[in-house]
Amino acid sequence: MSGALLSVQDAVVDLPTPRGNLRAVDHVDLSVGAGRTLGIVGESGCGKTMLSRAILQLLPKKAKLSGRVMFDGQDLPQLSPEKLRKLRGQSLAVVFQDPMTSLNPVLTIGTQLIETIQEHLELDLAEARKRSIELLAAVGIPAPEQRLAQYPHQLSGGMRQRVAIAIALSCEPKLLIADEPTTALDVTIQAQILDLLAREQQRRHMAMIIITHDLGVVAGRTDEVAVMYAGRVVERAPTPALFKQMRMPYTEALLAALPKLDAAPHTPLPAISGRPPDPTRPLKGCSFAPRCRYAAGRCNTEKPALSAAETPEHVYACFHPIETRARVEA
Amino acid sequence: MMQQLAMQQMASEPLLKVENLVVEYAVGGRTVHAVSDVSLDIARGETLGLVGESGCGKSTLGRAVLQLRQAVSGKVLFDGHDLTAMHGDALRRMRRRVQLIFQDPIASLNPRRRIGDIVAEPLVISGVKDPDKRRQAVHDVLAAVGLDPALVVNRLPHEFSGGQCQRICIARALVLNPDFVICDEPVSALDVSIRAQILNLLEEMKARYGLTLLFIAHDLAVVKAVSDRVAVMYLGRLCEVGPSEQLFATPAHPYTALLLEAIPVPDPDVRPTESVAVGEPPSPIAPPSGCRFRTRCPRADARCAAEVPELRTVAPGQSAACHHPLI
Repeated sequence: MSGALLSVQDAVVDLPTPRGNLRAVDHVDLSVGAGRTLGIVGESGCGKTMLSRAILQLLPKKAKLSGRVMFDGQDLPQLSPEKLRKLRGQSLAVVFQDPMTSLNPVLTIGTQLIETIQEHLELDLAEARKRSIELLAAVGIPAPEQRLAQYPHQLSGGMRQRVAIAIALSCEPKLLIADEPTTALDVTIQAQILDLLAREQQRRHMAMIIITHDLGVVAGRTDEVAVMYAGRVVERAPTPALFKQMRMPYTEALLAALPKLDAAPHTPLPAISGRPPDPTRPLKGCSFAPRCRYAAGRCNTEKPALSAAETPEHVYACFHPIETRARVEA
Repeated sequence: MMQQLAMQQMASEPLLKVENLVVEYAVGGRTVHAVSDVSLDIARGETLGLVGESGCGKSTLGRAVLQLRQAVSGKVLFDGHDLTAMHGDALRRMRRRVQLIFQDPIASLNPRRRIGDIVAEPLVISGVKDPDKRRQAVHDVLAAVGLDPALVVNRLPHEFSGGQCQRICIARALVLNPDFVICDEPVSALDVSIRAQILNLLEEMKARYGLTLLFIAHDLAVVKAVSDRVAVMYLGRLCEVGPSEQLFATPAHPYTALLLEAIPVPDPDVRPTESVAVGEPPSPIAPPSGCRFRTRCPRADARCAAEVPELRTVAPGQSAACHHPLI
């Protein structure tokens, strides 16, 4: 973990609810090196968004975070609100799923961009304006000068997401967190936005975390993938290794459940039975055990720890990992 | 043998025939051309997938079939009857045979009514007076969609997950034993692991109840998993129709090809190709002249701007509306 730009160590996020404590993030360790791309994959309620909020220090007020979030040599939970505010936007930026709710509907695109730039960089209005136009052009917005005077509702969903990306990139952040950046968009626009993120990430040598429920989104566009289930990271590996030799049955089941373009019509999908456990009623054993076809014996009584596979970079939490070749052929 | 022949003849006559359907909305004095001159057939027992991006008119088309949207012109022939010419009781009777499943399963269930009553509602409306009969029908259909009727009937929608709510919606759609079900994005609000369950369930129900389906979705892989044939829509017009496998293997319309290329593939060896998609769909208020896809099409020329391409057969069973088809 040395030299990592971001390192999350033993992070736990607890949320009090009327039904009892909800453990949204359960002892998560992660790290991202400078200029690297990490994909966090999981279904709704798996804690991926809460984890990103913990990194950004934007958790709901009543949430309790323990563990360390080291970013660029600083432990974020220890920083003052003022220092955090300076850090966010400048070196730590975020793009949310729905650009309509992350942009202010009553301010023009220009006001929102220029405000961000002036807040973090010492530029006068004319310079900030010039930079805004450059940024809008860089994210592929036609006629950027006219766009500055427009309001979010005058733009399409794809264009709004481009503006949100321009704002996120405006201060040359070291880390960009993209939380389901394309889920609200159409598939042809999704491809454009993912290309844009990849291009800017490489050009700026920026680290990036892509949070998504779609294994297809992370496959070609990340260096490393962490799969989350019920608040925990259950498998983490360099992207090629994860797809070639997945060890965790949940990862395998998730990939198998996706309809494939090259499968014949009416092929029954290997669905995962049941649904994720209630996060306010944690299970004693492996959280995936009730839905897992390999579960046996201690899976229901003991929580498997993350352990290394063939390489130290590939870790998984399972007592009965998939023995790659044997299982595939069986 | 005779019987078989008769069956074949029955089967060869489409259950649903949409002819030159036009649906428009008035928005602030302007006209949204939601569905423009769309014709398609669905054979008995067939699943037709209808794909397209948001705003392409696919949901409007589904609603216009059910007469939930008045068509400006065109016909919707269901089992030989023109639904656009029907009103009142006659239309209501016909609607029993056509049901709809929506995208958001939680929003489409009344939060204050019990599941048993929600699923029994179509029976009440269609005049099944005997409560025992209704109870039995609800019980059977809930069991068919994989829910335990005894545990479910007295509970409220908020006690169920999205996937279970979609099962309840499917039960409600099937309780009248319809012939035809329109599924409008039935799995796009669901998680990946639940999505597969619901897709499998729809396939199972189709076989069990002998259904014909119109399956509307934006996800091509989802559509392919359940459809015999696929129709692609863009900005209110049909681009291409063909047997699923053929259409995916050899798309004729450049828009179909673009959609296929844009899908992220869950395989790290498949490097995403850089932005095959150019631009964004224009507004359906002022659609481009000629071919509506021409503003984003790499093959467009002067003819595409001047002349609306007609659907033409490009391969057996496959037709495309393009002046410069890929095959």
